[in-house]
Amino acid sequence: MAISREEVKKVSLLARLQLSDAELETMTAQLGDILGYVELLSELDTDKVEPMAHALDVSNVFRDDKVRASLDRGEALANAPKHDDECYRVPAVLGDG
Amino acid sequence: MSLTDLTATELLAKLTQGEITSVELTGVFLDRIAAVDPTIHAFLRIDRPAALARAAEIDARRASGQPLGALAGLPVALKDVLCTAGEPTTCASRMLENFRPPYDATVVARLRAADAVLIGKTNMDEFAMGGSNENSAFGPVHNPWDTDRVPGGSSGGSAAAVAARMTPLAIGSDTGGSIRCPAGLCGVTGLKPTYGRVSRYGLVAFASSLDQIGPLARTAEDVALILGVLAGHDPADSTSVDRPVPDYARTVSKPLSGLRLGLAREHFGEGLEGQVERAVREAIKVYESLGATVREVSLPHSKYAVATYYLIAPCEASSNLARYDGAHYGHRTNQEAMLAELEIERKALDAAGDTEGLDRLDNALVRMYRRTRSEGFGPEVRRRVMLGTYALSAGYYDAYYLKALKVRRLIRQDFDRAFEEVDLLAGPVTPTPAFRLGEKVDDPLSMYLFDLFTIGANLAGIGGISIPCGFSAEGLPIGLQLQAPPFEEERLLRAAHMFQTATDWHTRKPPAI
Repeated sequence: MAISREEVKKVSLLARLQLSDAELETMTAQLGDILGYVELLSELDTDKVEPMAHALDVSNVFRDDKVRASLDRGEALANAPKHDDECYRVPAVLGDG
Repeated sequence: MSLTDLTATELLAKLTQGEITSVELTGVFLDRIAAVDPTIHAFLRIDRPAALARAAEIDARRASGQPLGALAGLPVALKDVLCTAGEPTTCASRMLENFRPPYDATVVARLRAADAVLIGKTNMDEFAMGGSNENSAFGPVHNPWDTDRVPGGSSGGSAAAVAARMTPLAIGSDTGGSIRCPAGLCGVTGLKPTYGRVSRYGLVAFASSLDQIGPLARTAEDVALILGVLAGHDPADSTSVDRPVPDYARTVSKPLSGLRLGLAREHFGEGLEGQVERAVREAIKVYESLGATVREVSLPHSKYAVATYYLIAPCEASSNLARYDGAHYGHRTNQEAMLAELEIERKALDAAGDTEGLDRLDNALVRMYRRTRSEGFGPEVRRRVMLGTYALSAGYYDAYYLKALKVRRLIRQDFDRAFEEVDLLAGPVTPTPAFRLGEKVDDPLSMYLFDLFTIGANLAGIGGISIPCGFSAEGLPIGLQLQAPPFEEERLLRAAHMFQTATDWHTRKPPAI
């Protein structure tokens, strides 16, 4: 199934990627090829097949509700590109930021 | 003969008997890396002083008669997708170039507890996405058998490091063949365990329902030695299974009597190169000479495996990689440049009176995400994130993702049925030996089709091993793949060892380096 350049552009926003015009061109062609190939699955009748999300039949795994040590704030912030003593810093979301 | 030519099991005996020290051994492998790796580029990071200090500490404990772990003094290389506390863990991505995890992956902690010497972090396809190692942001790995060719991927650095005798043991991860494929193309032994056999805690996630960590080494015996250290339940990974870990190192040398091997007819058809098929069929004759019976079986849905995988894996990847947002860790775009870019776009839209365009213009935070991720991710990662985002988006979820999950069950059922008749499946690892660097980079689909024989095991969640079984006319290694029912690693290793006692393919050494 072909995918249009406009759709690829829309998906790039959903995926939080920024693609140049040249990249949009290549991406549209390559995704089109791959989506064309996966069309193969449509020849199978799977109406009565249960989807398999996981290889293991594991349901909820619980642990005792006990307080344990967790990652120290300083360690959690240490890899952040921008932070202050307490928080991650990001560009302003509201207003003119 | 150099120490680097010995297997891990042989080296461990020498360490235990006091014939060599870990400092000597580690030094020999570090020297080998210094001599060979400029050509191969298997390693992204080596910390020579730290490795030697660790070796010295283990030697001192041995000298004072203290108890030591199962791998005491042996060098082990780690694929750079495994978190090492305080040390760079890059996933061969610009995104994580400066990332230092605050904790060790469970397998890393287990290796440390077993007194292994962690000798370095190995190169890989970015975020483990790829089958050739050409997707590393830091440059490809070269196949030690022919440096113009790919080592396979995504654990290509780990496989090449073992093949080129730069380490006796290495760890990789396998989401669609990423241990078995490079093991096959580099002529080493690589095991992808059953999903849940080894904890994934601290393995940087690619496709969580498919990812599994496993070892690469020269022999099945060495793989058995290290698997015993890696395997077992971990409360930090609820998908790791709480069941006993067999003593693989003790049982590996016991031959299997009455072994029933199955050949999936779908794995010997179109696309399989003649010389690979011949080597694999010769290997099966070796098993027959050892008393195995062979029969043909069918995995009727194999032809859908690549399509199923290339929906499920990108869907999971697009979700897992959403965490790289430039806020918590990893790369972030230059804020001033980003704001200046937005301002230029805003002015242009304003001047054109395009009010709709102005409404649609990214806010600063969204643009920060987009620039950060486009700068941080390479082309293959971007492609898979796009594919997964599309397949999971409104209106396409049922047609793509849900459909793939249903076919995944059919593929698993094929394996279950085959294993009612046979103990192991035997076949090729890859359709051809190693291809040339650059040969497939512009054609993602042909690269994906190279995974044809390995991805079934990931979709089904079963274990598989790749062992050397011959060479092509050009002198490139060819791998034999064995696959087993869930949690039958012991059977895989015993079968692989049987083959390695009857053949010497696994002892061959790349002549060029």
